Amino acid sequence: MCLGIPGQLVELVDTNDQLARVDVSGVTRIINIGLLEDEQLAPGDWVLIHVGFAMSKIDEDEAALALASLQLMGQAYDDELSALWASKITSDTKGG
Amino acid sequence: MRFVDEYRDPSAARALVAQITDSAGDDEFKFMEVCGGHTHTIYRHGIEHVLPPSVELVHGPGCPVCVIPMGRVDDAISLAKEPGVIFTSFGDMMRVPGSRGNLLKAKAEGADVRFVYSPLDALRIAIDHPERDVVFFAVGFETTAPSTALTLLQARARRVGNFSVFSNHVTIVPPIRAILESPDLRLDGFLGPGHVSTVIGQRPYRFVPDQYGKPLVTAGFEPLDILQAIAMLLVQIREGRRAVENQYSRVVREEGNPRALAILAEVFELRPYFEWRGLGFISQSALKLRREFESFDAEQRYRLPGLRVADPKACQCGEVLKGVIKPWECKVFGTACTPETPIGTCMVSSEGACAAYYNFGRMHREAAVTLGRRSVSSR
Ligand code: SF4
Repeated sequence: MCLGIPGQLVELVDTNDQLARVDVSGVTRIINIGLLEDEQLAPGDWVLIHVGFAMSKIDEDEAALALASLQLMGQAYDDELSALWASKITSDTKGG
Repeated sequence: MRFVDEYRDPSAARALVAQITDSAGDDEFKFMEVCGGHTHTIYRHGIEHVLPPSVELVHGPGCPVCVIPMGRVDDAISLAKEPGVIFTSFGDMMRVPGSRGNLLKAKAEGADVRFVYSPLDALRIAIDHPERDVVFFAVGFETTAPSTALTLLQARARRVGNFSVFSNHVTIVPPIRAILESPDLRLDGFLGPGHVSTVIGQRPYRFVPDQYGKPLVTAGFEPLDILQAIAMLLVQIREGRRAVENQYSRVVREEGNPRALAILAEVFELRPYFEWRGLGFISQSALKLRREFESFDAEQRYRLPGLRVADPKACQCGEVLKGVIKPWECKVFGTACTPETPIGTCMVSSEGACAAYYNFGRMHREAAVTLGRRSVSSR
């Protein structure tokens, strides 16, 4: 829950709901980018993700550094990633 | 220096250790790392063994799972057992012991407890199950609180009537103050938390040098970050300065994230006081939902036992969280208390000092003992 996971923005999905598709270690997921509204995020940008929300914008070098040290964490990082893979944040409001 | 060879840039690490050793000289220093993420890095990479014996790191209260008091876990379990409720929680909280078991046990006994990655997943479950009441067990410092706040704004905008939040969000500054006020600990400075600071920025820490005369350096999570932050603390002390400095400026900005702070202030207000495991009651140290969000507040919607439950006698988490003792000094460490059967919260989360030490620290310590020295002395 406390780990910040680096992800790269692939596309903005829904401007109303402030959602974006990000690539995290080769898997894409939807996250919320509303807390970085002032950053004018664009595809290609890197962010640190906490519990499904982009919390800070980072550069590519920092993303690589963060990823390398997360991988060294072993189990704690694996657990966080599998929780992220299980996440079902979507843009529709009707359910499904 | 066996550990240093495993670091990303061993020669930079060696240079930093040499600098730290020189500036520390014959004096003794005790620095507290506030954040559980730092504790994890320190044990994982054996940092305490590359430092000179005169520089000691003590672990602070910055692991949100560790500081939730027993009574709040009992309240969570009682919410989970409410008829019709789907109780959602981060995975880290499932094993945290209450006075009669944990959430996993409640689930085994039939409560509908589901673990989620994000508060947005909990909201999604509520939208998908309009006939059920979904409660989200919100924990964490300012790193996760804005996410809960934004989720609540969305729940309100979408008029989701069957969603509520049991807020246990806490703030980082009051426990730092409490530790500075505590008589049983002499500290020479702090490693400031990295991710929390991306939200709150650097200004809230100014009281540390201004009122208590101690330096604070916000640090990143790499071994090199930690070493550099320690070197920066010592430089300040040797130059006779005391200030808030930022080693992690790659990510942390001076002003933090104003947008996240505004959302926090819109949804939450400070509680007059809140109980911390091991630290007791600390005033204005936790967040509750504002009255405008009453209908989303699980504490308003449900009757909670709200009992204060004393920590188990055997557990010295409180002393560990204040940095008064090291994990291995607890009598039940590694025997009655292990990550599989935790007695205290510090043994549950991978960022808790006891669990981090159990998983990584022991072997480093044993290795250092077998080598008959701290690795740095052979430099
Ligand atoms: S080892 Fe277990 S019982 Fe002892 S302080 Fe740590 S969590 Fe508490």
